[in-house]
Amino acid sequence: MDKSLKGLLKEKKATILSRWFGAIMESYPIDITGFFQKQEDMFANPVGHAFKLGLESIFEALIEEKDLSEGLPLLDDIIKVRAVQDFTPAKALSFIFILKKMVREELEKEIRQDQISDELLSFESKIDDLALFAFNIYVKCREQINQLKVDELKRMTFTLLKKANLMYEIPMEEVKPSDQETSI
Amino acid sequence: MAKVEKVKTPKPQELSQIDFKPPTTDWMDTPTVIKPGNFCWGGKEKDLLTLGLPNPRQWSPADEDWKLPEGWESTILEGMAERLAKYRSFKIFMDICVRCGACADKCHFYIATGDPKNMPVLRAELIRSVYKKYFTTSGKFLGKLAGARELNEDVLKEWWSYFFQCTECRRCSVFCPYGIDQAEVTIIGRELLNLVGLNIDWISGPAANCYMKGNHLGLEPHAITGNIETMCDDIEDITGIRVNPTFNRKGAEILFITPSGDLLGEPGIQTCMGYLMLFHELGLDYTWSTYASEGGNFGFFTSNDMAKRLNYKIYAEAKRLGVKWILGGECGHMWRVLSQYMDTWHGPADFLEVPKSPITGTVFENASSTKMIHISEFTADLIKHKKLNLDPSRNDHLKVTYHDSCNPSRGMGLLDEPREVIKAVCNNFYEMPESTIREKTFCCGSGSGLNASENMEQRMRGGFPRANAVKYVKEKHGVNMLANICAVDRAALPALMDYWNPGVGVTGVTELVANALVMKGEKERTTNLRFEDLPGKGGDE
Repeated sequence: MDKSLKGLLKEKKATILSRWFGAIMESYPIDITGFFQKQEDMFANPVGHAFKLGLESIFEALIEEKDLSEGLPLLDDIIKVRAVQDFTPAKALSFIFILKKMVREELEKEIRQDQISDELLSFESKIDDLALFAFNIYVKCREQINQLKVDELKRMTFTLLKKANLMYEIPMEEVKPSDQETSI
Repeated sequence: MAKVEKVKTPKPQELSQIDFKPPTTDWMDTPTVIKPGNFCWGGKEKDLLTLGLPNPRQWSPADEDWKLPEGWESTILEGMAERLAKYRSFKIFMDICVRCGACADKCHFYIATGDPKNMPVLRAELIRSVYKKYFTTSGKFLGKLAGARELNEDVLKEWWSYFFQCTECRRCSVFCPYGIDQAEVTIIGRELLNLVGLNIDWISGPAANCYMKGNHLGLEPHAITGNIETMCDDIEDITGIRVNPTFNRKGAEILFITPSGDLLGEPGIQTCMGYLMLFHELGLDYTWSTYASEGGNFGFFTSNDMAKRLNYKIYAEAKRLGVKWILGGECGHMWRVLSQYMDTWHGPADFLEVPKSPITGTVFENASSTKMIHISEFTADLIKHKKLNLDPSRNDHLKVTYHDSCNPSRGMGLLDEPREVIKAVCNNFYEMPESTIREKTFCCGSGSGLNASENMEQRMRGGFPRANAVKYVKEKHGVNMLANICAVDRAALPALMDYWNPGVGVTGVTELVANALVMKGEKERTTNLRFEDLPGKGGDE
């Protein structure tokens, strides 16, 4: 085999990433201004920015065959956004599977010539692993949304509960910020 | 007879051609979906009855039938006609927009959702299209061609959805070359919705409480004094000093009014402890009121009349107690109302004097008409005149950034005073990027009555642009504390930070002041106002 899949993916990285990003943007309402895609400023367009950085780091991790259990902070960032954007769980995570389609379309010729099928299978399995990993993150985000509601209620009623001798400690402090950080 | 088309079985290749694009429809033809997580519960019957608002009934936005009153269409259109005649600004805002789009990508809700109806220009268009249909010649004759559309139940529901997805933060108006204030369009939109009984519980509940008990939380006088006494106990534990605030005391020089959020719930109470300690240290001749016990005004999110009615008690109480001037606590929309509406509604407050700091002698000419100043102005003046003994090293464990609350920054230009205060009481202060602070500040995503729990997803995405800027300074400088001067911020930002930036706390500016304040005769402090160990003073910091 003169060209490995890794080499091909590296070569076509820019195109694949750009098409992947474009395909994800199509899950958002039609916006002729193309705001998410065009606005480059990370503060004016935090959603587009999270995707641009995140997709690249995910793609790199897949090519370099990194151990996903070590965590991908930029994947967290993307999923945090998708988890509060009014998508069904399936749609929220569909962006991961779209990568398969993009890779297959970009490498159509090489696939047809059957140069890379074994490697491609293993690459696609890795995308499946990533999807499962993303599912963990997504569920934690959703659980956190509910936890936030509980915490907010506690913050609001703490003084009353303390006065009524129904609460002695501040439960919020039992969870150290560092614990929360690793839990996502 | 219609021809029946033969169903063609798609080939495998065709099946794999999935179109990920949602259907392209014109905004008018794109239906609005009311989904859990994206809306706040509807206003309750009992609260609408208390406030004397139209169409009180039990209803749920999740139901198909919103139980609208008979003839609601004419109620809305008549209400619109009345407001077009009464408010020149509304008429102008309906007429002059040229759709340049400068506002479009400035709204935090649009930035986070990409939903075109969250563009301020299109949010206004939701109401403008109806205005065109019934109030302009071109719209009457040309209809949709002129951007006009009929008022129907779907349109009304769309208004409700999107006018309660606007926090009236006014960031878009900063960028509008015509000065169109989208907050005012939203305000009118909400007024019209209220004419047919479409408010949200998180607004009408607090407004009803405020009408009956004087504050949004519905705290009765004994609860207010009780809560403040508890804070005084905590202050004594921390500093060894007993502060003795007075309530409803006639003849005091100053009446102090703060949002009731500072009386209950964290971290509002620590800000409130800060006020108590600062005033005690200064020996300020001031009093609290258990009647005018709310600085905020959720009536402002209902209608002009409701806001005016709830605001009345502030001057009335100042008059009853015979104070000279009024000092106000840290709050957001409270200050837009006080600074821009109170004087028109209930002024001029001739019975009061222009606020003059009894400590520095500074006369606050900027408040010569309202006679009410903001605690940050008052404290910044004390600091400028070196009247406070401060030990900023007590805040050394904090790396602070400052969130300009929308209303004090854009509504009254309070930009530098809080920063001067923070810099005097903290050694580690870092600004967020220029495009996200001062008059361009990003909203917390929960303002204007949207800080309920049921719309948590909406709040998390609305606050994302703000959280994203905090994340930047967190990563760059290790920022771990987000300071602000708004009670809604103190209530809403902790959740926003927990979600986007775990480890970043939220504090009122006055809490930082009180932690740094070296009070006369205090014992050596080992903890801050949250009973956390001070750096180098105890336990495991």
